[in-house]
Amino acid sequence: MTEQPAIETLGLVKRFGATTALSGVDLRVPAGAVLGLLGPNGAGKTTAVRILTTLIRPDGGHARVTGLDVVRQAGAVRRAIGLSGQFAAVDGYLTGRENLVMIGRLSGLRRVAAKRRAADLLELFDLTDRAGRTVRTYSGGMRRRLDVAAALVAAPAVLVLDEPTTGLDPRARLGLWRLLGELTARGTTVLLTTQYLEEADRLADQIVVLDRGQVIATGTAEQLKNRVGGGRLELRTRPGDDPALLAAAMTGLGSATPTVDADAGLVVVPVADGPGVLPDVAARLAAAGLRVSDLALRRPSLDDVFLALTGRPTTTPFVGSSR
Amino acid sequence: MTTGGADLVRMPGAGRLPADTATVTGRNLRRLVRVPTLIAFATAQPVMFVLLFTYAWGGAIHPPGVTTYIDYALPGIWVLAIAFGASQTGVAIADDLTTGMIDRFRALPMARAAVLAGRVTADAVRNLFVLVLMTGVAYAIGFRFHAGPAAALTAIGLALAVGVAFSWIFALLGLLVRDPESAGIGGLLAVIPLIFTSSTFVPVATFPGWLQAFAKVNPITVTVDALRALCLGGPTSAYVWHALAWIGVLLAVAIPAAVIRYRPAVGRQRPA
Repeated sequence: MTEQPAIETLGLVKRFGATTALSGVDLRVPAGAVLGLLGPNGAGKTTAVRILTTLIRPDGGHARVTGLDVVRQAGAVRRAIGLSGQFAAVDGYLTGRENLVMIGRLSGLRRVAAKRRAADLLELFDLTDRAGRTVRTYSGGMRRRLDVAAALVAAPAVLVLDEPTTGLDPRARLGLWRLLGELTARGTTVLLTTQYLEEADRLADQIVVLDRGQVIATGTAEQLKNRVGGGRLELRTRPGDDPALLAAAMTGLGSATPTVDADAGLVVVPVADGPGVLPDVAARLAAAGLRVSDLALRRPSLDDVFLALTGRPTTTPFVGSSR
Repeated sequence: MTTGGADLVRMPGAGRLPADTATVTGRNLRRLVRVPTLIAFATAQPVMFVLLFTYAWGGAIHPPGVTTYIDYALPGIWVLAIAFGASQTGVAIADDLTTGMIDRFRALPMARAAVLAGRVTADAVRNLFVLVLMTGVAYAIGFRFHAGPAAALTAIGLALAVGVAFSWIFALLGLLVRDPESAGIGGLLAVIPLIFTSSTFVPVATFPGWLQAFAKVNPITVTVDALRALCLGGPTSAYVWHALAWIGVLLAVAIPAAVIRYRPAVGRQRPA
């Protein structure tokens, strides 16, 4: 039982008409682990989620959740999963509490259990003071928290979160990350899809990068970032200053030669060590008597990882693929 | 521990349909009460129908066998109001599809037919309210039941049964078109011709011959004639059986089609 993976897919294939959304995806999530499914729009993340949550049938391959086949044992799978889909699917005309009680009742909880469960989750998700208000009056972040709470009502063995923070402002995103972090620390198995490496980094033990319906990389966030080669330091000259002087001052600082964008007055230095280089940067600027108008340390983004893995930026429209 | 579930008491899996239907019905009734425009329309529209048809058309139309037009028209106006109301069911179902609500329901271990059955049941509750309201207003302006209380109650019951059949049909329509606006327009497109080519407002004997042929088999004519017989008196059983047969046919088609469609309609939905 303990060795059985919470989620396992083998050669999962799904087509929509002429387009192939998934072409042979293998996933394995051990019980208690958090898997981040990372990829750009149209990579097939949502399709994988919909198969695992019994909403659509695969055209090929197998998918099992807690050992149960998602097609042949769909009913049992539904008792094992909690889904928070891409839209916050809560009823705006019901109160937060009513939404959770309704989901609890429909999950098979008796009335008293559903009410108690709703109260517990409202407390956990910091929604108690708005519990009696209709969800229409909630902010995007509150709606999303309620949606995740709804996915947890039946205490599922596996929680599936499809882009949980899409559309949230940074503060709401951080709040949800903190909550999800607490949940995952309690040992709930989670499958999380996201477009943000930072989100997968923050929440997932293991990351699977999906592109055009195929797994193109697997590893921890650290392993993926190492494939990109760390971050980069971006320095911007003040108007009129020569960026070449700045670049010369920074030579030898990072892991490779600085590159200069003269038009933008931008000097980019690849750095493996991140913030560790900052004292050195300050010292070099002072020694050379140079000043900068802007300084930024960029962590590898999904775009960087993606570019490194595919040689193609995420913003490229995927003509005729996926979706 | 909050995320632990060992203490959660589950109901047995089998026979969930009544309980799940009740839960979904409760959801839809709450929505009805809480959407201010919805409750305003749901109340004002039927009342407006009663007053408009009585005062605008009542002076011009003198159907045989009645002394006041409202006695003739009210059973038809019931059906009109119920049909308009039912068209909103298509909108609501399509809306639940587009907002992801039906995805959420589909991923729950609930009875599959309950989402639709709960919607239809909530419609029936709304229809009962609307029927009583319209009949009250009509009473105030001269309408009377002429065949006694038993026939009057049978009429209300039959009108509710017609409403259930309409709701299932429009639920199916909502699942088929999947877009709330299209469902709304499509619903009215279906209702308006059927209403006007029936005995709802005028006797079908006034129609041209080819239209009479259609009007006589139009389920709305059949239903309105049965309701009218129950309200006005005279022989009723043939009309009522005819209406019940139609309702039975509509339900026998719409319920399985909608329940079957409920699943693949979701399955075919592309990921966003």
